[in-house]
Amino acid sequence: MSTPTETPGPGSYAPALETPHSPYRRSKATRSNWELYGWLFMRMSGVLLLVLVFGHLWVNMVSGDGINQVDWGFVAGKWSSPFWQTWDVLMLWLAQLHGTNGVRTIINDYAERDATRFWLKMALYAATAVVLVLGSLVVFTFDPCADPSSTLEACRTRS
Amino acid sequence: MASLTPTAKAAPKKPVGTLYRGREGMWSWVFHRITGVAIFFFLFVHVLDTATVRISPEAYNAVIGQYKNPVMGLGEAGLVGAVVFHALNGIRIILVDFWSKGTQHQRKLFWGVIALWTVLMVPFLVRHLSIVFGH
Repeated sequence: MSTPTETPGPGSYAPALETPHSPYRRSKATRSNWELYGWLFMRMSGVLLLVLVFGHLWVNMVSGDGINQVDWGFVAGKWSSPFWQTWDVLMLWLAQLHGTNGVRTIINDYAERDATRFWLKMALYAATAVVLVLGSLVVFTFDPCADPSSTLEACRTRS
Repeated sequence: MASLTPTAKAAPKKPVGTLYRGREGMWSWVFHRITGVAIFFFLFVHVLDTATVRISPEAYNAVIGQYKNPVMGLGEAGLVGAVVFHALNGIRIILVDFWSKGTQHQRKLFWGVIALWTVLMVPFLVRHLSIVFGH
């Protein structure tokens, strides 16, 4: 019973643990590349958002009359063009997914109880779904000619 | 007897030699988190306020009119400051991750972020605050 050869073989360890001299394996069956894609998405969406958000701030807040120019007619002028519709929907999706992944990371960092983490993330994903669906619907179902006194060219040629 | 009380003990040794703690690397991480969360919550509100364009021109103009007072104007200045920091520090993070010399220069990159942030924010604040307080 006192034989020193009782050392358990690799099979008796939990899958996550390895024997000290087992060869390094890059891909383990228990892992996926999901977090890698998330990491890459944060950097790629970040670069695109730099252009989209700075362009958005420039056109809406700096050029023209600044914040005071923003009213319903200003929005109608922008969203009567597919260019700004595409710009804004792209910005909406990238910013919301970038933000959701960032807040997900923060929840994982600070919420220690499993149930707290789970429910905070469920609330986060629900809010994300609402913002993405509502925001996309608003941009694509918006009628720039809803104002009868509109002076937009697109509205004059329609009637 | 006084030596038994915790206050009489020597102050805990300050951690030294750590790469990031308490220095530029840590503060850039702290600011990135805080600005990121602030922008996240603003985005949520901003999508909701913009959604009122589908109700009526009057509803949207009333809501967006709330953004056009001095108090909100200062809030917008803070928001743009947060966005610009998050964007520039995001580039710093990408350089640290992908540029072979990024880690070596991360401290200088942080001060570059602060410098570029100042260069962008001064003209923006002059422009924006003169619009907000000029009317």
